[in-house]
Amino acid sequence: MGTASDIKLIDENGLRIDGRSPTELRPIKIETDVLDRADGSAYIEWGGNKILVAVYGPREAYPKHTQDIEKAIIKARYNMAAFSVDERKRPGPDRRSVEISKVISEALSNAVMVEQFPRAQIDVFIEVLQADAGTRIAGLTAASVALASAGIPMRDLVVGCTAGKIDGQIVLDLGKEEDNFGQADLPMGILARSGKVVLMQMDGDLSIEEFDKATEMILDAIKRVNDIQREALAGKFVALALERGGE
Amino acid sequence: MPRDEAGVLSEIKRDYIIRKLKEGKRDDGRGLTDFREISIQTNYVPRAAGSAFVKLGRTKIVAGVKIESGEPFPDTPNQGVLTTNVELLPMAFPTFEAGPPNENSIEIARVVDRGIRESKMIDLEKLVIEPAKKVYIVFVDINVIDYDGNLIDACSLGVLSALKTAIVPGSKEGGKDFPLPIRNLPVSVTMVKIGDEIIVDPSVEEEQLSSARVTVSISEDGHIRAMQKGDSGSFTLDEIRKAIKISSDTGKLIREKYLQ
Repeated sequence: MGTASDIKLIDENGLRIDGRSPTELRPIKIETDVLDRADGSAYIEWGGNKILVAVYGPREAYPKHTQDIEKAIIKARYNMAAFSVDERKRPGPDRRSVEISKVISEALSNAVMVEQFPRAQIDVFIEVLQADAGTRIAGLTAASVALASAGIPMRDLVVGCTAGKIDGQIVLDLGKEEDNFGQADLPMGILARSGKVVLMQMDGDLSIEEFDKATEMILDAIKRVNDIQREALAGKFVALALERGGE
Repeated sequence: MPRDEAGVLSEIKRDYIIRKLKEGKRDDGRGLTDFREISIQTNYVPRAAGSAFVKLGRTKIVAGVKIESGEPFPDTPNQGVLTTNVELLPMAFPTFEAGPPNENSIEIARVVDRGIRESKMIDLEKLVIEPAKKVYIVFVDINVIDYDGNLIDACSLGVLSALKTAIVPGSKEGGKDFPLPIRNLPVSVTMVKIGDEIIVDPSVEEEQLSSARVTVSISEDGHIRAMQKGDSGSFTLDEIRKAIKISSDTGKLIREKYLQ
C-alpha cells in the first residue's frame, strides 16, 4: 500500500475519484474466442485493465516428472506486457508475477475437474496488456471463462473481485489511485455457486469488522461479475448450437 | 509443498492422523491450535547485523540481516528499503534443489515480507541518510536448513527476532551505530485444512494431507496486516473468520512468550 495519505480518495458526497459509489464496480466486458490458435480464449476489460487469456490443453504434462498420476496440473502464467504500466516493465517473470501465477493456478485447479485428466497439464496464459489495479482478479475471472470456452469440464466458475480500504472506508473494486494510496487491499477468488474461497491475499490494515464488511461487499459483487461471465459464455454456446442445429 | 516420492505418506500414517483429528488431537499429542515447541537463539551469526536461529518443532531456519547503504526507490525517496529472500537449501529436504528461487520460496518470502512491511514494523523513514539519494537497505535472508512443515511461520519468527536485534551501521556513514527502529511485532499464524478441521502449525505430514493453507498476520493492535491462502483446496468464509480468530488468539500468546 502506498504512503501518501494526503491524497483525498473520497469526496464530501461520498463518491470516489472516478465518481463511483463505495459498492460500485468499474465497467466490465468479457468476450470469448478472441484467439484462433488457442483451445480456448477470453478477453476482459475491467475498468482500464485489458487482459487476454489463452488456454491450451489438456495435453501431456511436460517435463514428465511434473506429471501427476491422479490429475491434471493447471499451469497459469500471469504476465504483464512491458508497456502495460506507466514505467516500462522489464519483460519476463518477476517475483510478483511468479507468486500471482501460483495462486491463480491453485484457484483454477479447484474449479476444473482435474481428476478427469491424469498426467495432463492445462496451460492458462494470462497476458496483461494494460494494467489498472486488480489485474490478478480480472485475469482470474477471464481465465475461468477461457477454460469453460475451451470445453474443459468444470465444477464451477471462479469469480475474482477486490475490496479495500481508502480514507478509512471499505470500498469495492479499487481503482489505480485507490490501490496506490489506500490502506488495504483484499483480492479474492470465489466459486460462483458454492461461495467457497479459492484465492485470497490481503495486505494493509484491516480490523476484523472491516474484513467482514469487505467480504460482504465482495460476495455481493461476485453475483454481478458471474452474470457477465455467463453471458459471455452463453453468447458463444447459443451461437454454436444454432450453427449445429441448422434451424 | 512437495508431494513426490520423498514426501509420500504411508496409508497407515495417513489414516492415523485423520482418525486422531476426529478426536480433536494431533498425532504428536498437540491440540488443534497448538504450535510445536519454539526455540529462538538471537545473534546466532555475529557477523550479521542481526540474526536468529529458529527451531519450530523439527523445522530449522537461520535468518540473517545485512544493512548497507544504497539508493531509495524513486517512489519512496524518504524511506529505507526492505528486501526479503528465502533459500530452500537442498540440505533441508530430499526434493529441494539448488538453484534460483522457485515459486515456493518466492511465495514464502513474499508472505513473510508482507506481514512485516504492512504492519510498519520497521520505521523505514528513520533509515534515510540523504533524502532521495542515499538510504539504508535492509537485506533479510533466510536459510531453511531442516524442513518439517510450516516454513512461513518459522521464517517469520526468524525475521522478527533478527530484525529486533539488528544494529544499523551508522558509523560507516559518519554517525553512530544504532538499533534498527522497530515499532510493531506482527505475528503470522499459518493453518491448514484437513477434512473439515483447521489446524495450526502443520508438520510436513499434515501439510501433505491438507487441501488448503491460510496464513494470517496480525499486529499488536489486533488488526489484520497480511493474509495469504495457498494450495488448491478451498475455505468457506466462516472457516476464514475462524482462522483469523485463531491467529489473533495464538499470535498474542507467541508474541508474549517469544518476542518480548
